[in-house]
Amino acid sequence: MELCPSVKNILLLDSEGKRIAVKYYSDDWPTNSAKEAFEKAVFTKTQKTNARTEAEITMFDNYVVVYKFVQDLHFFVTGGENENEIILATVLQGFFDAVGNLLRGTVDKKEALENLDLILLCLDEIVDGGIVLETDANVITGKVASHSIDAGAPLSEQTISQALATAREHFTRSLLK
Amino acid sequence: MAQPLVKKDDDRDDEADYSPFLGIEKGAVLQEARVFNDPQLDPRRCSQVITKLLYLLNQGETFTKVEATEVFFSVTKLFQSRDIGLRRMVYVMIKELSPSADEVIIVTSSLMKDMTSKTDMYRANAIRVLCRITDGTLLTQIERYLKQAIVDKNPVVASAALVSGIHLLQTNPEIVKRWSNEVQEAVQSRAALVQFHALALLHQIRQNDRLAVNKLVTSLTRGSVRSPLAQCLLIRYTSQVIRESANNTQTGDRPFYDFLEGCLRHKAEMVIFEAARAITELNGVTSRELTPAITVLQLFLSSSKPVLRFAAVRTLNKVAMTHPMAVTNCNIDMESLISDQNRSIATLAITTLLKTGNESSVDRLMKQITNFMSDIADEFKIVVVEAIRSLCLKFPLKHRSLMNFLSNILREEGGFEYKKAIVDSIVILIRDIPEAKESGLLHLCEFIEDCEFTYLSTQILHFLGIEGPKTSDPSKYIRYIYNRVHLENATVRAGAVSTLAKFGAMVDALKPRIFVLLRRCLFDNDDEVRDRATLYLNTLGGDGAVVETGEDVKEFLFGSLDIPLVNLENSLKNYELSEESFDIDSVPKEVKTQPLAEKKAPGKKPTGLSAPPTGPPSTVDAYERLLSSIPEFANFGKLFKSSAPVELTEAETEYAVNVVKHIFDGHVVFQFNCTNTIPEQLLENVTVIVDASEAEEFAEVATKPLRSLPYDSPGQTFVAFEKPEGVSAVGKFSNMLRFIVKEVDPSTGEAEEDGVEDEYQLEDLEVVAADYMLKVGVSNFRNAWESMGADCERVDEYGLGPRDSLAEAVNAVINLLGMQPCEVSIQCLFFFGIYAVDMDMHFTFTFLTALHWTVKYHVVNCFFTAIPV
Repeated sequence: MELCPSVKNILLLDSEGKRIAVKYYSDDWPTNSAKEAFEKAVFTKTQKTNARTEAEITMFDNYVVVYKFVQDLHFFVTGGENENEIILATVLQGFFDAVGNLLRGTVDKKEALENLDLILLCLDEIVDGGIVLETDANVITGKVASHSIDAGAPLSEQTISQALATAREHFTRSLLK
Repeated sequence: MAQPLVKKDDDRDDEADYSPFLGIEKGAVLQEARVFNDPQLDPRRCSQVITKLLYLLNQGETFTKVEATEVFFSVTKLFQSRDIGLRRMVYVMIKELSPSADEVIIVTSSLMKDMTSKTDMYRANAIRVLCRITDGTLLTQIERYLKQAIVDKNPVVASAALVSGIHLLQTNPEIVKRWSNEVQEAVQSRAALVQFHALALLHQIRQNDRLAVNKLVTSLTRGSVRSPLAQCLLIRYTSQVIRESANNTQTGDRPFYDFLEGCLRHKAEMVIFEAARAITELNGVTSRELTPAITVLQLFLSSSKPVLRFAAVRTLNKVAMTHPMAVTNCNIDMESLISDQNRSIATLAITTLLKTGNESSVDRLMKQITNFMSDIADEFKIVVVEAIRSLCLKFPLKHRSLMNFLSNILREEGGFEYKKAIVDSIVILIRDIPEAKESGLLHLCEFIEDCEFTYLSTQILHFLGIEGPKTSDPSKYIRYIYNRVHLENATVRAGAVSTLAKFGAMVDALKPRIFVLLRRCLFDNDDEVRDRATLYLNTLGGDGAVVETGEDVKEFLFGSLDIPLVNLENSLKNYELSEESFDIDSVPKEVKTQPLAEKKAPGKKPTGLSAPPTGPPSTVDAYERLLSSIPEFANFGKLFKSSAPVELTEAETEYAVNVVKHIFDGHVVFQFNCTNTIPEQLLENVTVIVDASEAEEFAEVATKPLRSLPYDSPGQTFVAFEKPEGVSAVGKFSNMLRFIVKEVDPSTGEAEEDGVEDEYQLEDLEVVAADYMLKVGVSNFRNAWESMGADCERVDEYGLGPRDSLAEAVNAVINLLGMQPCEVSIQCLFFFGIYAVDMDMHFTFTFLTALHWTVKYHVVNCFFTAIPV
């Protein structure tokens, strides 16, 4: 058994199974077509289920997949067949809630694509090379949303609009917490 | 066609459903990336372009080498900007581009500057990026900062360094191992995730040192680990320690069990579950130990969260395989899960119930399952069918209702895999439950009347040919079989002809009627069907006379091919057209054991069916060629068997030696594979001095020394012994490696003139009975067994000692006797091997009952001149 809990991939697909953002941490799918095949299979398998209130789960090709849907967004987290299901569900919940925070309540495909940079950063903060980095949605949100100027930079280098932006970010962050 | 119309609709949809990446194109984005080079950087715009590039990569677009390099160089310009958001995107972009070693140098200084920055976010991310793209040489330069970062007071920085350490341990273990002091300090961190990452790294650093792991677990299980994830890790390490120490402490309480049990009361569900699962997986777990774990899992069964229900039912399902009684308490909760929305959960619940159910509850359960079957997918149905099969084998008295169930679902709609699972199950039930035979065969007959799968039809026809003639009234099957000759495709027709012929050969009374039918087949429009009919008519004496079919004719027509098809295929490929005809006896009979991993996960890795069988290209052939090229061994005759290599040295010693035992009729040759692992040494005149004083029947006849053994290039030396011909002599040999060692100048690679003679003690080696046993696969064990006759059978009993599982007992028998496991039935295992004694053929069967762990072996001693060794 793999001793350290590990995540094989995290997927964010739309309501037709197309990619919005995906991240693979394992060599199990060496090519893009292998990845697409996996996504298609996972999507078709879970499409008809209702995973809107609670995260759902399924076994698939010796993988455990936990998933949750909102609007036209489908969130998936995949682990090996012996992985602790609840750890995977915790990662999924962290990702799901963090995206919810970052998109400020309007969680749908359009909003997700418009803020794709935030979603990519979010993926980057959750898992590193398969190892869980952080599962607390608020912490993840905080790390992603700290869109301010380098604190070390002299104040004079900041433009008015940047200063305003910084202030706004600080404000939203404190609201989110 | 309708295609353009649909397309238009799609476009309109997309307009409504606006995407910022609509109509995005790689070339245009690469053009846009030029803004990275602007003297006055616009962070917002640059961020957008990076997002577009990442979007393209994410959608599966690839950059050419030139494009990637260009993008990489311009991205490095963005380090000038102080915008944190942009910097974060730059970090992600660099990781995605995974630059080559010569490109890495460009960003190294920028990243090293960020690593020592005052901004925590810079430090954390720069560490992650740098460790991802760096190689060993750079690592020594930044090691100091990484050590500092591990104990950084900001948890994000510490975690970044620790996780990077875990990744780097794979490539640069010697460097990461130097950080253990810092890592140990981080284990005590107040931040939950730092503790988790530190524990994971510390364990990986020490994983080969069993004592250190033991100490780590002992100290941490006493203290309190704060993070649930770290606690899960600790549970995994603890079960590993328990597993490894199990052999030493058979008596008394299991060490650390109290810790696991305590974790069942943890507040985090992931920890509770991890602990419960760890307890259920303990070796030889007692029911007293199981109870608390089952209790928490039972609570999970009625949770509102599907994930918890799934996790619990999956674990209980596994427990039910070995301890069905322990799970019966959960049966009521399980039954309510049959109607669970999540069909995976429902299927697991059903199959668990099938395993734990008793004879009286079978009928009630079957009623519930019948309703359930109609609304689940094929893959779940297959699981249920398999569970029903094992239930039927467990309660043979219930075969009527279970067989009826199987035949009912066989008639319903379903894909090939599902139908195959049902047919396989019926076949197994027919074989193992004699009372179920007639009804099962009729169910199969009815099925082929309306079967769309050629493969299944031919399989069933073949099976009917074997079992049908042995029934009380074979004639009633003929109609079903002959119908196939009329209504099916050529493959099935040919199969039906063979089956008819089998009935004719086995049941003399049916012969005249069969011949009439076969003669009709002579006018079939397919070659194969006509050929088969002609062959059978001629060999079985279809000229009208009712004669008893000779044994040799039966053997020729219906006897099993006792050669693995892979080997036959290889031999035929190697066969060159010449005067000599192909000799089937020259095909090796040894079954090549496939790597275990491949068997375990079929289809998981895309190995491809057309790929040639992996593994060393026919080791037997290779050995044979090697040995016959050595003149001293040329007259030993044909190689019977070569053993797998046996290590004679510990891992990581100066010289690594393993031995392969080659068995000939009157000789044994030891092939010592030696590897010199010291770069500063050259070994010459390498021999192995074998002391056979404890192996009386062996006499040394030849040695072939190895002239020179340079660093890291393996070589072989041989020692040959004579043994009495046709006797499976066994014995123990002690070995000494003797050689002349010469110092090598590492800078020039030249060896010194003079050498010193030296010796190196190797471990003992044994020749055992298994070395004389050739693994042979038989397609149908029972047929082969029955064809032996009872007069040449010995029965004896040997204890195997206590074994934890069936699998372990099987391994023990394989190791002891070197035979090939052929079939696993309810409680029996059948092995098959060819034993080389005096060049007579002895077929040896081993029969193993799982209940008492004793071996009964039947030695069938028959003389087969036709099969040379």
